[in-house]
Amino acid sequence: MSTSLRNNGAAAFAAAAALLLVAGTALAFYWVPEDADQGFSQKIFYLHVPVALTAYACFVWGAWKALRLLWTREARYDLESYTAVHMGVIFGVLTLLTGSIWAKISWGIWWSWGERQLVLFLILFLFYSAYFMLRYSVEPGPRRANISAVYALFGVVLIPVSFLAIRLAGTLLHPTVFTREGPQMSASMFFVFCVCLAATLALAGALYLNELTGKRLDQALRDLREAVA
Amino acid sequence: MSRYAADVAALARKDVLLELRSRDTLPAMLLFVVSALVVFHFSLPEGSSDVAAAGLLWIAIVFTALLGLSRSFAAEREQRLLDALVLAPCDRSAIWLGKVVSIVVFLALAEAVALPAFALFFRPVGWETVAAVALANLGIAGVGTVLAAMAAASRARELLLPVLFLPLAIPIVVGGVGATVADDPGRYLAFLGLYDGMFAILSWASFEYVVTE
Repeated sequence: MSTSLRNNGAAAFAAAAALLLVAGTALAFYWVPEDADQGFSQKIFYLHVPVALTAYACFVWGAWKALRLLWTREARYDLESYTAVHMGVIFGVLTLLTGSIWAKISWGIWWSWGERQLVLFLILFLFYSAYFMLRYSVEPGPRRANISAVYALFGVVLIPVSFLAIRLAGTLLHPTVFTREGPQMSASMFFVFCVCLAATLALAGALYLNELTGKRLDQALRDLREAVA
Repeated sequence: MSRYAADVAALARKDVLLELRSRDTLPAMLLFVVSALVVFHFSLPEGSSDVAAAGLLWIAIVFTALLGLSRSFAAEREQRLLDALVLAPCDRSAIWLGKVVSIVVFLALAEAVALPAFALFFRPVGWETVAAVALANLGIAGVGTVLAAMAAASRARELLLPVLFLPLAIPIVVGGVGATVADDPGRYLAFLGLYDGMFAILSWASFEYVVTE
Protein backbone atom coordinates (compact mmCIF):
# COMPACT_ATOMS: atom_id res chain seq x y z
CA MET A 1 0.00 0.00 0.00
CA SER A 2 2.83 2.37 0.82
CA THR A 3 3.95 2.57 -2.80
CA SER A 4 0.46 3.34 -4.08
CA LEU A 5 0.15 6.20 -1.60
CA ARG A 6 3.43 7.81 -2.53
CA ASN A 7 2.86 11.00 -4.43
CA ASN A 8 6.00 12.02 -6.30
CA GLY A 9 4.20 12.06 -9.66
CA ALA A 10 1.60 14.52 -8.45
CA ALA A 11 4.26 16.94 -7.19
CA ALA A 12 6.09 16.82 -10.53
CA PHE A 13 2.85 17.38 -12.43
CA ALA A 14 1.88 20.22 -10.12
CA ALA A 15 5.25 21.94 -10.61
CA ALA A 16 5.02 21.54 -14.39
CA ALA A 17 1.43 22.83 -14.35
CA ALA A 18 2.36 25.91 -12.29
CA LEU A 19 5.31 26.73 -14.57
CA LEU A 20 3.39 26.19 -17.81
CA LEU A 21 0.29 28.05 -16.63
CA VAL A 22 2.37 31.13 -15.77
CA ALA A 23 4.29 30.84 -19.05
CA GLY A 24 1.11 30.29 -21.08
CA THR A 25 -0.71 33.24 -19.48
CA ALA A 26 2.28 35.53 -19.96
CA LEU A 27 2.74 34.48 -23.59
CA ALA A 28 -0.97 34.79 -24.37
CA PHE A 29 -1.26 38.28 -22.92
CA TYR A 30 2.12 39.92 -23.67
CA TRP A 31 3.77 38.10 -26.54
CA VAL A 32 1.38 36.68 -29.09
CA PRO A 33 -0.19 39.24 -31.51
CA GLU A 34 -3.88 40.06 -31.18
CA ASP A 35 -6.31 38.37 -33.53
CA ALA A 36 -7.18 40.51 -36.54
CA ASP A 37 -10.94 39.87 -36.41
CA GLN A 38 -11.79 39.38 -32.76
CA GLY A 39 -9.11 41.48 -31.07
CA PHE A 40 -8.50 41.06 -27.37
CA SER A 41 -11.46 38.74 -26.71
CA GLN A 42 -9.80 36.05 -28.82
CA LYS A 43 -7.35 35.50 -25.91
CA ILE A 44 -9.94 33.28 -24.22
CA PHE A 45 -9.17 30.81 -27.02
CA TYR A 46 -5.96 29.95 -25.15
CA LEU A 47 -8.01 28.87 -22.16
CA HIS A 48 -11.24 27.56 -23.69
CA VAL A 49 -9.85 25.14 -26.28
CA PRO A 50 -7.08 23.59 -24.11
CA VAL A 51 -9.60 23.07 -21.29
CA ALA A 52 -12.02 21.40 -23.74
CA LEU A 53 -9.32 19.10 -25.12
CA THR A 54 -8.22 18.26 -21.57
CA ALA A 55 -11.80 17.29 -20.70
CA TYR A 56 -11.85 14.92 -23.70
CA ALA A 57 -8.50 13.50 -22.60
CA CYS A 58 -9.89 12.86 -19.11
CA PHE A 59 -12.98 11.08 -20.48
CA VAL A 60 -10.87 8.93 -22.79
CA TRP A 61 -8.45 8.17 -19.94
CA GLY A 62 -11.40 7.17 -17.74
CA ALA A 63 -12.76 4.90 -20.46
CA TRP A 64 -9.32 3.36 -20.98
CA LYS A 65 -9.11 2.57 -17.26
CA ALA A 66 -12.66 1.18 -17.44
CA LEU A 67 -11.60 -1.09 -20.28
CA ARG A 68 -8.59 -2.21 -18.25
CA LEU A 69 -10.92 -3.00 -15.34
CA LEU A 70 -13.19 -5.20 -17.46
CA TRP A 71 -10.16 -6.80 -19.08
CA THR A 72 -8.04 -7.58 -16.02
CA ARG A 73 -10.68 -7.43 -13.24
CA GLU A 74 -8.21 -5.56 -11.03
CA ALA A 75 -10.17 -3.48 -8.54
CA ARG A 76 -7.77 -0.51 -8.52
CA TYR A 77 -8.85 0.53 -12.03
CA ASP A 78 -12.33 1.32 -10.75
CA LEU A 79 -11.10 4.21 -8.63
CA GLU A 80 -8.78 5.41 -11.40
CA SER A 81 -11.58 5.43 -13.97
CA TYR A 82 -13.92 7.22 -11.57
CA THR A 83 -11.33 9.87 -10.72
CA ALA A 84 -10.59 10.51 -14.40
CA VAL A 85 -14.28 10.96 -15.20
CA HIS A 86 -14.58 13.25 -12.18
CA MET A 87 -11.76 15.45 -13.54
CA GLY A 88 -13.35 15.34 -16.99
CA VAL A 89 -16.62 16.71 -15.62
CA ILE A 90 -14.80 19.56 -13.83
CA PHE A 91 -12.98 20.54 -17.02
CA GLY A 92 -16.20 20.06 -18.98
CA VAL A 93 -18.01 22.57 -16.78
CA LEU A 94 -15.09 24.99 -17.24
CA THR A 95 -15.43 24.52 -21.01
CA LEU A 96 -19.13 25.34 -20.84
CA LEU A 97 -18.44 28.47 -18.77
CA THR A 98 -15.56 29.80 -20.89
CA GLY A 99 -17.39 28.96 -24.12
CA SER A 100 -20.45 30.78 -22.88
CA ILE A 101 -18.38 33.87 -22.01
CA TRP A 102 -16.72 33.79 -25.43
CA ALA A 103 -20.10 33.46 -27.16
CA LYS A 104 -21.41 36.46 -25.20
CA ILE A 105 -18.46 38.60 -26.26
CA SER A 106 -18.31 37.44 -29.88
CA TRP A 107 -22.00 37.10 -30.74
CA GLY A 108 -23.70 38.91 -27.87
CA ILE A 109 -25.54 35.82 -26.58
CA TRP A 110 -24.72 33.51 -23.69
CA TRP A 111 -25.94 30.39 -25.39
CA SER A 112 -26.24 29.42 -29.04
CA TRP A 113 -27.48 26.05 -30.24
CA GLY A 114 -25.41 26.72 -33.34
CA GLU A 115 -22.23 26.37 -31.37
CA ARG A 116 -21.61 22.71 -31.84
CA GLN A 117 -18.77 22.22 -29.41
CA LEU A 118 -20.75 23.73 -26.53
CA VAL A 119 -23.85 21.66 -27.32
CA LEU A 120 -21.69 18.54 -27.34
CA PHE A 121 -20.31 19.47 -23.93
CA LEU A 122 -23.82 20.02 -22.62
CA ILE A 123 -24.80 16.50 -23.73
CA LEU A 124 -21.64 15.06 -22.22
CA PHE A 125 -22.24 17.00 -19.02
CA LEU A 126 -25.73 15.47 -18.72
CA PHE A 127 -24.37 12.02 -19.57
CA TYR A 128 -21.55 12.09 -17.04
CA SER A 129 -23.72 13.65 -14.34
CA ALA A 130 -25.88 10.56 -14.71
CA TYR A 131 -22.66 8.54 -14.23
CA PHE A 132 -22.39 9.94 -10.72
CA MET A 133 -26.06 9.24 -9.99
CA LEU A 134 -25.59 5.68 -11.17
CA ARG A 135 -22.46 5.21 -9.10
CA TYR A 136 -23.99 6.50 -5.90
CA SER A 137 -27.13 4.45 -6.38
CA VAL A 138 -25.42 1.03 -6.60
CA GLU A 139 -23.91 -0.75 -3.59
CA PRO A 140 -20.10 -0.54 -3.59
CA GLY A 141 -18.44 -3.70 -4.83
CA PRO A 142 -17.37 -5.48 -8.01
CA ARG A 143 -20.84 -5.13 -9.54
CA ARG A 144 -20.72 -1.35 -9.19
CA ALA A 145 -17.22 -1.28 -10.62
CA ASN A 146 -18.40 -3.23 -13.67
CA ILE A 147 -21.51 -1.13 -14.22
CA SER A 148 -19.60 2.15 -13.90
CA ALA A 149 -16.96 0.87 -16.31
CA VAL A 150 -19.52 -0.12 -18.96
CA TYR A 151 -21.23 3.27 -18.63
CA ALA A 152 -17.89 5.07 -19.00
CA LEU A 153 -17.25 3.08 -22.19
CA PHE A 154 -20.65 4.16 -23.54
CA GLY A 155 -19.43 7.72 -22.99
CA VAL A 156 -16.48 7.51 -25.38
CA VAL A 157 -18.73 6.06 -28.07
CA LEU A 158 -21.28 8.80 -27.40
CA ILE A 159 -18.69 11.55 -28.01
CA PRO A 160 -18.15 10.92 -31.76
CA VAL A 161 -21.79 9.91 -32.30
CA SER A 162 -23.08 13.10 -30.67
CA PHE A 163 -20.52 15.11 -32.58
CA LEU A 164 -21.89 13.71 -35.84
CA ALA A 165 -25.46 14.25 -34.66
CA ILE A 166 -24.87 17.90 -33.84
CA ARG A 167 -23.10 18.38 -37.16
CA LEU A 168 -26.13 16.91 -38.91
CA ALA A 169 -28.58 18.97 -36.90
CA GLY A 170 -26.84 22.25 -36.51
CA THR A 171 -25.91 25.32 -38.42
CA LEU A 172 -22.30 26.25 -39.04
CA LEU A 173 -21.76 29.21 -36.77
CA HIS A 174 -18.86 27.94 -34.67
CA PRO A 175 -15.43 29.03 -35.92
CA THR A 176 -13.56 26.01 -37.19
CA VAL A 177 -9.93 26.52 -36.33
CA PHE A 178 -8.68 23.02 -37.00
CA THR A 179 -9.58 21.87 -40.49
CA ARG A 180 -8.18 19.17 -42.71
CA GLU A 181 -5.60 21.64 -44.03
CA GLY A 182 -4.09 21.93 -40.55
CA PRO A 183 -4.57 24.61 -37.90
CA GLN A 184 -5.79 27.94 -39.34
CA MET A 185 -3.61 30.24 -37.25
CA SER A 186 -0.19 31.78 -37.26
CA ALA A 187 2.86 29.90 -35.97
CA SER A 188 3.18 32.08 -32.86
CA MET A 189 -0.48 31.54 -31.96
CA PHE A 190 -0.10 27.80 -32.44
CA PHE A 191 2.98 27.78 -30.20
CA VAL A 192 1.18 29.60 -27.38
CA PHE A 193 -1.80 27.32 -27.83
CA CYS A 194 0.47 24.27 -27.40
CA VAL A 195 2.00 25.74 -24.23
CA CYS A 196 -1.47 26.34 -22.82
CA LEU A 197 -2.60 22.85 -23.77
CA ALA A 198 0.42 21.33 -22.05
CA ALA A 199 -0.37 23.48 -18.99
CA THR A 200 -3.97 22.33 -18.66
CA LEU A 201 -2.99 18.71 -19.29
CA ALA A 202 -0.35 18.94 -16.57
CA LEU A 203 -2.90 20.56 -14.26
CA ALA A 204 -5.37 17.76 -14.94
CA GLY A 205 -2.64 15.19 -14.31
CA ALA A 206 -1.72 16.80 -10.99
CA LEU A 207 -5.35 17.02 -9.87
CA TYR A 208 -5.98 13.44 -10.98
CA LEU A 209 -3.03 12.00 -9.07
CA ASN A 210 -3.80 14.08 -6.01
CA GLU A 211 -7.46 13.10 -5.98
CA LEU A 212 -6.56 9.46 -6.57
CA THR A 213 -4.22 9.47 -3.57
CA GLY A 214 -6.92 11.02 -1.43
CA LYS A 215 -9.52 8.48 -2.51
CA ARG A 216 -7.10 5.60 -1.94
CA LEU A 217 -6.32 6.89 1.56
CA ASP A 218 -10.03 7.12 2.21
CA GLN A 219 -10.48 3.54 1.07
CA ALA A 220 -7.52 2.32 3.16
CA LEU A 221 -8.94 4.09 6.19
CA ARG A 222 -12.32 2.50 5.68
CA ASP A 223 -10.75 -0.95 5.31
CA LEU A 224 -8.75 -0.41 8.49
CA ARG A 225 -11.83 0.71 10.39
CA GLU A 226 -13.69 -2.38 9.25
CA ALA A 227 -10.75 -4.58 10.26
CA VAL A 228 -10.67 -3.04 13.73
CA ALA A 229 -14.41 -3.11 14.31
CA MET B 1 -30.57 -23.13 -36.03
CA SER B 2 -27.49 -22.75 -33.94
CA ARG B 3 -27.45 -23.08 -30.22
CA TYR B 4 -27.01 -19.35 -29.68
CA ALA B 5 -29.98 -18.43 -31.86
CA ALA B 6 -32.11 -21.03 -30.06
CA ASP B 7 -31.18 -19.49 -26.71
CA VAL B 8 -32.06 -16.00 -27.93
CA ALA B 9 -35.36 -17.20 -29.36
CA ALA B 10 -36.27 -18.99 -26.11
CA LEU B 11 -35.46 -15.92 -24.01
CA ALA B 12 -37.40 -13.57 -26.30
CA ARG B 13 -40.34 -15.97 -26.34
CA LYS B 14 -40.32 -16.02 -22.54
CA ASP B 15 -40.64 -12.24 -22.38
CA VAL B 16 -43.39 -12.08 -24.98
CA LEU B 17 -45.33 -14.93 -23.30
CA LEU B 18 -44.95 -13.27 -19.92
CA GLU B 19 -46.34 -10.04 -21.33
CA LEU B 20 -49.21 -11.81 -23.11
CA ARG B 21 -50.25 -13.45 -19.84
CA SER B 22 -49.80 -10.55 -17.44
CA ARG B 23 -50.61 -7.71 -19.89
CA ASP B 24 -48.66 -5.29 -17.69
CA THR B 25 -46.67 -3.13 -20.04
CA LEU B 26 -48.00 -3.15 -23.56
CA PRO B 27 -51.51 -1.73 -22.89
CA ALA B 28 -49.90 1.02 -20.84
CA MET B 29 -47.50 1.82 -23.68
CA LEU B 30 -50.34 1.98 -26.23
CA LEU B 31 -52.49 4.19 -24.05
CA PHE B 32 -49.54 6.39 -23.14
CA VAL B 33 -48.47 7.04 -26.71
CA VAL B 34 -52.00 8.01 -27.84
CA SER B 35 -52.51 10.21 -24.76
CA ALA B 36 -49.15 11.85 -25.37
CA LEU B 37 -50.14 12.70 -28.95
CA VAL B 38 -53.39 14.24 -27.73
CA VAL B 39 -51.50 16.27 -25.10
CA PHE B 40 -49.09 17.41 -27.83
CA HIS B 41 -51.99 18.68 -29.92
CA PHE B 42 -52.91 21.02 -27.09
CA SER B 43 -49.31 21.94 -26.33
CA LEU B 44 -48.75 23.24 -29.87
CA PRO B 45 -49.92 26.84 -30.14
CA GLU B 46 -52.48 27.69 -32.81
CA GLY B 47 -50.89 28.03 -36.23
CA SER B 48 -47.63 26.22 -35.47
CA SER B 49 -46.28 24.20 -38.33
CA ASP B 50 -46.55 20.51 -39.07
CA VAL B 51 -42.79 20.33 -38.83
CA ALA B 52 -43.01 20.99 -35.10
CA ALA B 53 -45.43 18.10 -34.79
CA ALA B 54 -42.84 15.80 -36.39
CA GLY B 55 -40.51 16.57 -33.49
CA LEU B 56 -43.24 15.71 -31.02
CA LEU B 57 -43.77 12.32 -32.65
CA TRP B 58 -40.18 11.47 -31.75
CA ILE B 59 -40.60 12.70 -28.20
CA ALA B 60 -43.64 10.44 -27.91
CA ILE B 61 -41.68 7.46 -29.24
CA VAL B 62 -38.70 8.00 -26.92
CA PHE B 63 -40.90 8.39 -23.83
CA THR B 64 -43.05 5.41 -24.72
CA ALA B 65 -39.87 3.38 -25.11
CA LEU B 66 -38.74 4.59 -21.67
CA LEU B 67 -42.01 3.38 -20.21
CA GLY B 68 -41.48 -0.07 -21.70
CA LEU B 69 -37.79 -0.20 -20.81
CA SER B 70 -38.35 0.69 -17.17
CA ARG B 71 -40.63 -2.35 -16.86
CA SER B 72 -38.42 -4.64 -18.93
CA PHE B 73 -36.44 -6.02 -16.00
CA ALA B 74 -39.33 -5.92 -13.50
CA ALA B 75 -39.96 -9.66 -13.58
CA GLU B 76 -36.25 -10.42 -13.40
CA ARG B 77 -35.89 -8.23 -10.34
CA GLU B 78 -39.04 -9.14 -8.45
CA GLN B 79 -38.68 -12.89 -8.95
CA ARG B 80 -34.86 -12.84 -8.74
CA LEU B 81 -34.89 -14.28 -12.22
CA LEU B 82 -31.69 -12.61 -13.32
CA ASP B 83 -29.54 -14.73 -11.00
CA ALA B 84 -31.05 -17.84 -12.54
CA LEU B 85 -30.54 -16.54 -16.07
CA VAL B 86 -26.90 -15.78 -15.34
CA LEU B 87 -26.46 -19.30 -13.97
CA ALA B 88 -28.05 -20.85 -17.06
CA PRO B 89 -25.56 -22.51 -19.44
CA CYS B 90 -25.94 -19.93 -22.20
CA ASP B 91 -23.85 -17.01 -23.36
CA ARG B 92 -24.73 -13.89 -21.31
CA SER B 93 -24.98 -11.79 -24.45
CA ALA B 94 -27.88 -14.05 -25.49
CA ILE B 95 -29.80 -12.62 -22.51
CA TRP B 96 -29.21 -9.16 -23.95
CA LEU B 97 -30.21 -10.16 -27.46
CA GLY B 98 -33.34 -11.95 -26.27
CA LYS B 99 -34.39 -8.87 -24.33
CA VAL B 100 -33.66 -6.64 -27.33
CA VAL B 101 -35.86 -8.80 -29.57
CA SER B 102 -38.78 -8.69 -27.14
CA ILE B 103 -38.46 -4.91 -26.63
CA VAL B 104 -38.34 -4.33 -30.39
CA VAL B 105 -41.55 -6.36 -30.70
CA PHE B 106 -43.29 -4.25 -28.02
CA LEU B 107 -42.03 -1.01 -29.54
CA ALA B 108 -43.18 -2.04 -33.02
CA LEU B 109 -46.65 -2.83 -31.65
CA ALA B 110 -46.83 0.53 -29.88
CA GLU B 111 -45.74 2.32 -33.05
CA ALA B 112 -48.24 0.38 -35.14
CA VAL B 113 -50.79 2.39 -33.16
CA ALA B 114 -48.77 5.60 -32.79
CA LEU B 115 -47.94 6.21 -36.45
CA PRO B 116 -51.53 5.90 -37.78
CA ALA B 117 -52.73 8.02 -34.86
CA PHE B 118 -50.10 10.63 -35.70
CA ALA B 119 -51.11 10.57 -39.37
CA LEU B 120 -54.72 11.03 -38.34
CA PHE B 121 -54.10 13.87 -35.86
CA PHE B 122 -51.22 15.79 -37.44
CA ARG B 123 -49.78 14.99 -40.84
CA PRO B 124 -49.24 12.02 -43.16
CA VAL B 125 -46.37 9.64 -42.42
CA GLY B 126 -43.95 8.81 -45.25
CA TRP B 127 -41.87 5.71 -45.83
CA GLU B 128 -38.78 7.52 -44.54
CA THR B 129 -40.43 8.04 -41.16
CA VAL B 130 -41.32 4.35 -40.97
CA ALA B 131 -37.75 3.40 -41.89
CA ALA B 132 -36.34 5.82 -39.31
CA VAL B 133 -38.68 4.44 -36.62
CA ALA B 134 -37.58 0.88 -37.43
CA LEU B 135 -33.90 1.83 -37.21
CA ALA B 136 -34.47 3.85 -34.04
CA ASN B 137 -36.18 0.87 -32.40
CA LEU B 138 -33.01 -1.18 -32.75
CA GLY B 139 -30.89 1.55 -31.18
CA ILE B 140 -33.38 2.25 -28.39
CA ALA B 141 -33.72 -1.43 -27.53
CA GLY B 142 -29.99 -2.14 -27.76
CA VAL B 143 -28.84 0.72 -25.54
CA GLY B 144 -31.95 0.68 -23.39
CA THR B 145 -31.58 -2.96 -22.39
CA VAL B 146 -28.08 -2.40 -20.98
CA LEU B 147 -29.17 0.75 -19.17
CA ALA B 148 -32.31 -0.92 -17.80
CA ALA B 149 -30.16 -3.74 -16.42
CA MET B 150 -27.93 -1.12 -14.79
CA ALA B 151 -30.91 0.72 -13.33
CA ALA B 152 -32.36 -2.56 -12.05
CA ALA B 153 -29.17 -3.12 -10.03
CA SER B 154 -29.39 0.32 -8.41
CA ARG B 155 -31.39 1.59 -5.47
CA ALA B 156 -33.07 4.33 -7.49
CA ARG B 157 -34.37 1.80 -10.09
CA GLU B 158 -37.03 3.34 -12.38
CA LEU B 159 -36.01 6.84 -11.36
CA LEU B 160 -32.53 6.38 -12.75
CA LEU B 161 -33.34 5.01 -16.18
CA PRO B 162 -34.58 8.25 -17.83
CA VAL B 163 -31.54 10.12 -16.54
CA LEU B 164 -29.22 7.47 -17.99
CA PHE B 165 -31.13 7.03 -21.22
CA LEU B 166 -32.04 10.53 -22.42
CA PRO B 167 -28.49 11.81 -23.13
CA LEU B 168 -27.91 8.66 -25.18
CA ALA B 169 -31.25 9.14 -26.96
CA ILE B 170 -30.35 12.62 -28.26
CA PRO B 171 -28.59 11.27 -31.40
CA ILE B 172 -31.62 9.03 -32.09
CA VAL B 173 -33.94 12.03 -31.91
CA VAL B 174 -31.63 14.02 -34.21
CA GLY B 175 -31.56 11.23 -36.76
CA GLY B 176 -35.28 10.51 -36.49
CA VAL B 177 -36.47 14.10 -36.76
CA GLY B 178 -34.01 14.72 -39.58
CA ALA B 179 -35.26 11.72 -41.54
CA THR B 180 -38.86 12.82 -40.98
CA VAL B 181 -38.53 16.46 -42.10
CA ALA B 182 -35.40 16.76 -44.26
CA ASP B 183 -35.43 16.70 -48.06
CA ASP B 184 -32.64 14.12 -48.12
CA PRO B 185 -33.56 11.53 -45.46
CA GLY B 186 -30.79 9.17 -46.62
CA ARG B 187 -28.06 10.87 -44.56
CA TYR B 188 -30.15 10.68 -41.39
CA LEU B 189 -31.12 7.07 -41.96
CA ALA B 190 -27.46 6.20 -42.49
CA PHE B 191 -26.64 8.00 -39.25
CA LEU B 192 -29.28 6.00 -37.37
CA GLY B 193 -27.81 2.82 -38.85
CA LEU B 194 -24.35 3.88 -37.69
CA TYR B 195 -25.68 4.57 -34.19
CA ASP B 196 -27.33 1.15 -34.08
CA GLY B 197 -24.18 -0.60 -35.25
CA MET B 198 -21.77 1.10 -32.87
CA PHE B 199 -23.92 0.77 -29.78
CA ALA B 200 -25.07 -2.76 -30.65
CA ILE B 201 -21.47 -3.98 -30.74
CA LEU B 202 -20.65 -2.22 -27.47
CA SER B 203 -23.82 -3.41 -25.71
CA TRP B 204 -23.46 -6.95 -26.96
CA ALA B 205 -19.87 -7.12 -25.71
CA SER B 206 -20.42 -5.40 -22.38
CA PHE B 207 -23.78 -6.74 -21.17
CA GLU B 208 -22.14 -9.69 -19.44
CA TYR B 209 -20.30 -7.34 -17.08
CA VAL B 210 -23.50 -5.54 -16.09
CA VAL B 211 -25.21 -8.70 -14.84
CA THR B 212 -22.20 -10.43 -13.29
CA GLU B 213 -19.66 -9.56 -10.62
